[in-house]
Amino acid sequence: MGEKRIIYMDHSATTYVRKEVVTAMIPYFTEHFGNPSSIYGIARESKRAVDAARAQVAKALGADPEEIYFTSGGSESDNWALKGVAYANRKRGNHIITTQIEHHAVLHTCQFLEKGGFDVTYLPVDKHGLVDPAALEAAITDKTILVSIMYANNEVGTIEPIAELGAIARARKVYLHTDAVQAIGNVPIDVKAQNIDMLSLSAHKFYGPKGVGALYIRKGVRIENLIHGGGQERKRRAGTENLAGIVGLGKAIELATADIPGHNEKILGMRDRLIKTVLAEIPHTRLNGHPEKRLPGNFNVSFEFIEGESMLLWLDDEGICASTGSACTSGSLEPSHVLLATGVPVEVSHGSLRLTLGDANTEQDVDTVLAVLPKVVSRLRAMSPLYQKECAGKPGGSHV
Amino acid sequence: MYSETVMDHFKNPRNVGEIENPDGVGEVGNPVCGDIMKIFLKIENNVVVDAKFLTFGCGAAIASSSMATELVRGKTLEEAWQLSNKAVAEALDGLPPIKMHCSVLAEEGIHKAINDYRVKHGMEPWQETSTHAHDHGDHNHGEDLTCGH
Repeated sequence: MGEKRIIYMDHSATTYVRKEVVTAMIPYFTEHFGNPSSIYGIARESKRAVDAARAQVAKALGADPEEIYFTSGGSESDNWALKGVAYANRKRGNHIITTQIEHHAVLHTCQFLEKGGFDVTYLPVDKHGLVDPAALEAAITDKTILVSIMYANNEVGTIEPIAELGAIARARKVYLHTDAVQAIGNVPIDVKAQNIDMLSLSAHKFYGPKGVGALYIRKGVRIENLIHGGGQERKRRAGTENLAGIVGLGKAIELATADIPGHNEKILGMRDRLIKTVLAEIPHTRLNGHPEKRLPGNFNVSFEFIEGESMLLWLDDEGICASTGSACTSGSLEPSHVLLATGVPVEVSHGSLRLTLGDANTEQDVDTVLAVLPKVVSRLRAMSPLYQKECAGKPGGSHV
Repeated sequence: MYSETVMDHFKNPRNVGEIENPDGVGEVGNPVCGDIMKIFLKIENNVVVDAKFLTFGCGAAIASSSMATELVRGKTLEEAWQLSNKAVAEALDGLPPIKMHCSVLAEEGIHKAINDYRVKHGMEPWQETSTHAHDHGDHNHGEDLTCGH
């Protein structure tokens, strides 16, 4: 018997790096290591590689290469977009609109800007996690300078109507930034058609390396720099380029966007089987997020009467990697702000489980999860005082 | 993240379940905070002859309940009352700092069950002497439902 197979279903946290991507990166560690800013031959190859990667990213987004700036990842891109636009447009206004379900890279940046005198409106979402375009329209004032709404949510997978939101922002002459970290490779994106002014992405969410990302900035957007220093990235983002990382990002986004429908079809089939079976076979269970408008690999579910960390520990024991919105696994001990914003009761949010499927998952993985998960849930429910109360309160209810 | 002892008590929890006609019951925590412990005690001649628990919570909460019920079995009520959250955590070979409140909950659950027994038998409930200020953080089981672990 070999080692037990690790069933990785946490692709929204990070992905493995595809072999083709690693292969493309390696020469830029060892042979073509020159600093792209230098003049000699090996540096010219570095410069060429960065430009090629820039073209790959631009193509994937429907942008021009000059509109792509490489960063250290999603968090830096979000920080740059928000702080950069806020400080460059202060004279026009001090109002920013975002949502209650953004990633902390956006939310905590907004909180920082509030301390600096900016006003931020946090739009609510409906029970499926959708932003109402009419609410955005109503929230825009003559002081509004920026709207930042994520393309797809990392926890519940809900895909926002970005094109519609972009049209509203454009008509009111307000910039639209979108954190598309979870969307790349899962949703076709065209920044021009969708009126997107800025877009954040991160390579390690689509089978590229960690520590590298990009910010798309439409030509003409007024934005300050975030990282000051040397003249890299056309004087917009200082710091010697993460050369191999950028090459990897370029290759990864090319592969991830080559056949989005084909990629989605395979994952959707497995994901939908998971959702259908779990909801049918485990009582007191609810699907979080939107029934249809969700990322193809995302399954977020709440099991009443139990707590998420205990579930993860048992799943890990069976080689299954997953995550939870429960407070008890986060450093802060606060339950998921996303689940709370969609109206999931606090006590139920503790029992949430997120499984995010990706390219390496197989139907056999789904079979294993479907065999293990019901046992884990009933084992924990059997020792839960909340479940015992629920059973006792029901005619014919029995203790497990 | 967890010690081997914590994982052992999480995966093979001792004393899970309810005691029929218990002599003392203590329920602490609340679902909003993500942890509830319910401790059941069987008491004969001032000695804890059986202790069981039901727990809704994380790995540390389940392991703390398991260890606390193990530690009070066979003890006099006076000895059981002396069981501190630190003793529970130490017996588990330590808990991550952010999870210390789970051991506090176990101590409180035992205390509540003992006092439930005392009150039922016409005795004064014992007063909490330690406030757990250092372990507790601002853990608040008051009415404002801030978990503040």
